[in-house]
Amino acid sequence: MINFGYTLSKDRQIDFDKADRRIALFVREHEPSFNICFACGTCTATCSAGNFTEMNLRKIMTMVKRGYVADVRKEIEQCMLCGKCSLACPRGVNTRNVIRKINQALELYAL
Amino acid sequence: MSNKRVIVIGGGIAGMESSANLAAMGHEVTLFEKTNQLGGHLLGWEKLFPTMRLGKDVIEFLEKGVNLSKVNVVKNADIVDARKNGKTFNVKLADGKTYESDAVIVATGYDVFDARKKEEYGYGIYNNVITSAELEEMFLSGKPLVNSQGKTPKKIGMVHCVGSRDEKVGNVYCSKVCCVTAVKQSIEIKEKIPDAEIYCYYMDLRMFGMHFETLYKQAQEKHAVNFIRGRLSESCENMDGSILVKVEDTLAGRPMRMSVDMLVLMVGIVPSEGTKKIGAMLGLNFGPNGFFKCQDQHTMTTVSNVPGVFFAGCCMAPRTINNVFADSRAAALMTANYLAEYEIEKRITQN
Amino acid sequence: MKVEGKQAIWKEYQKEIADDKYFYVRSCVRQNFFPGSETTFLRIMRDELGKDVFENPCHTTCTGIGYHGDIVPVDTMMTVVARQFALMTEAGYENLVPSCITSFGIYTEVLDTWHHFPEVEEKVRKYLKQATGREFKIPKNLAHASDIIYKFRKEIAQKAKFKLVDKETGKPLKVVDHIGCHYAKMFPDKGVGGAEYPYVLTGMIEEWGGEVIDYPERRHCCGFGFRQYLVQANRGYSMSCSHKKFESMEPYKPDLILTNCPGCPMFLDKWQYAIAELEGKTYGKDGHGIPVFTYEELAGLVLGYDPWDIGLQVHQVSCEPLLDRIGILYDSSKKYSDKNGSSLGVPEKPINLKI
Repeated sequence: MINFGYTLSKDRQIDFDKADRRIALFVREHEPSFNICFACGTCTATCSAGNFTEMNLRKIMTMVKRGYVADVRKEIEQCMLCGKCSLACPRGVNTRNVIRKINQALELYAL
Repeated sequence: MSNKRVIVIGGGIAGMESSANLAAMGHEVTLFEKTNQLGGHLLGWEKLFPTMRLGKDVIEFLEKGVNLSKVNVVKNADIVDARKNGKTFNVKLADGKTYESDAVIVATGYDVFDARKKEEYGYGIYNNVITSAELEEMFLSGKPLVNSQGKTPKKIGMVHCVGSRDEKVGNVYCSKVCCVTAVKQSIEIKEKIPDAEIYCYYMDLRMFGMHFETLYKQAQEKHAVNFIRGRLSESCENMDGSILVKVEDTLAGRPMRMSVDMLVLMVGIVPSEGTKKIGAMLGLNFGPNGFFKCQDQHTMTTVSNVPGVFFAGCCMAPRTINNVFADSRAAALMTANYLAEYEIEKRITQN
Repeated sequence: MKVEGKQAIWKEYQKEIADDKYFYVRSCVRQNFFPGSETTFLRIMRDELGKDVFENPCHTTCTGIGYHGDIVPVDTMMTVVARQFALMTEAGYENLVPSCITSFGIYTEVLDTWHHFPEVEEKVRKYLKQATGREFKIPKNLAHASDIIYKFRKEIAQKAKFKLVDKETGKPLKVVDHIGCHYAKMFPDKGVGGAEYPYVLTGMIEEWGGEVIDYPERRHCCGFGFRQYLVQANRGYSMSCSHKKFESMEPYKPDLILTNCPGCPMFLDKWQYAIAELEGKTYGKDGHGIPVFTYEELAGLVLGYDPWDIGLQVHQVSCEPLLDRIGILYDSSKKYSDKNGSSLGVPEKPINLKI
């Protein structure tokens, strides 16, 4: 193979038709309030872990819904399960359980 | 109070409600409608937000109002001339008939945005791209919901803000009712096709009215409708006729592509051709967006720059149906006061 | 697909194209990499259509490559453009025909800037006078060379000896039309057909018997740009843009790609080789690639010119399989010979791409 000095760049456009939505469907089934999140970001704003780590619950929930789970495991490990997010959510999403279910799904599908 | 004559131009909700109320007060009202049916755009709408009640019930309510008060309805009326002579208004139709009145209510309503102007969305080119108005007509027809190839769609995309908030097509304002219509239509589609997946592509979700937030939550909770914050940039056609959609998932921060079997464009509200025509004939002022300009945005909302001419309904701005009812009753009141020689100008402080 | 919808848009975006007395300015890339193209254009214009096409050998590059690559400042670019206009005025011509799409974009951009900011035009006139002593008039008509071929596509069809049809099956060939970005994306009303559904190449293909394919990544840039690939390590990004287009058009099995920009055919042609050598993936039949043509080359082919006179031997993706399908005859032995018959040297064969 010839070395041209460059290679093809990775396509960062989310191809939703090929998305792996198993985690999203699992969470949807076991924690129905996952559906009513409207991504306002209140949970992320109040998150204890978010002060010192990359943990962003709003983004995690969106990425899971789009099937983009590559970095979710590492990010979600930072969660302390303190419950501030559930307290703050204006829609009544049970965010602590959503996090637990995401973790369970990651285990279940060995992702 | 003596009985006067009033001409109402436009037989939609605003025209029907304002003429019914004025006639109930005892005035002689003539209502002109350019098609052969009263009801305007409401005739093309099956269920109304936020309660999902039937549009035809509202039409019946309006028709009873018009009939009970004995409004003189002239259908198929093509107005070729309308002008004010002294304190009287003269209207002439294409068939030669002329009418006189002491006041006029202009209720010429709106047109739906022509989605062909958004070339990149492919309306009129790709078969599976339709407008929200066409979708509603499919609901009204009672036939099963299928795409252009006769197949039941499994994935449906709803595009918000088509022709609104868009400098490129010349409409910078928000058309108000399209967001909640998208939510309403998503729920209706899911009721007809329970295992369909619906994706609404929005910039903001304008759930301003009472019960709109409840409807939005219901769409997410009960029907699992997906809301993706990101505006549609372009749509293309796949080999199988499905539409490939390119949006940015702004909350994920990445561009996204996906295929849908049917793409519904939530077209906005634009000033109607009738508004432009009648406005020119009567010398009425237009606002910067092409709708009529009232004399004061807070205190004189149905009053025009020509004494004796009043506005009602969407010819002034996009409105919801309950707003139009309130508006037309206000227009009727202002007209009646004008005819009783109540001088509202006395209440204005000149600066 | 409702063609009437597209036709309605095409009717809206029409533009004035002059019909004779052209001042032709050449393209940097096309002259060097596809020299046969410009010769073919002149041959068609002068010999077939009898038009007056004037060239001044003193004309220079429009500096588009440098300007878009952040090397040439905008004032310099505008003064060079003004000099081109001055040469045209001195020769007594009013219709400017650039061969390159980037040039067309540069000229349109400059004329539009001067239209909105007359003080800039005054400044440039002063610069030109100081630097060269020349003066210029604004061109009356600016049309790209593909617009000209588009305008005379029916005349070319009438003289054509071949059609874009498979001679065995009689079916029209499937053609992908790729428009240069600077043609219509900057000023949609300066392109025939507008920016969303450009018609300039589609019109040619339809007139000459082919069938146009609309595929999802049709509007995507080929990745040429200028600043991206000046540094070798960044070229992967440019290649990925073309790669995205190829992946999208592959299921439609196109027979050829038609372009109007000089950079696009270079990229679409040569990246097929690079992708084949890097990833082992080819997009044509049996390990071949999809041949890429410019509008001049295709016009020359349908008119029956010899493929080696048109310059098809410099294409990386070989055109012979397509020529066989159309029924165009050629002499393989003369492919790498010059006019006297001596050999120009034969290139190495690629490992993965079949030629």
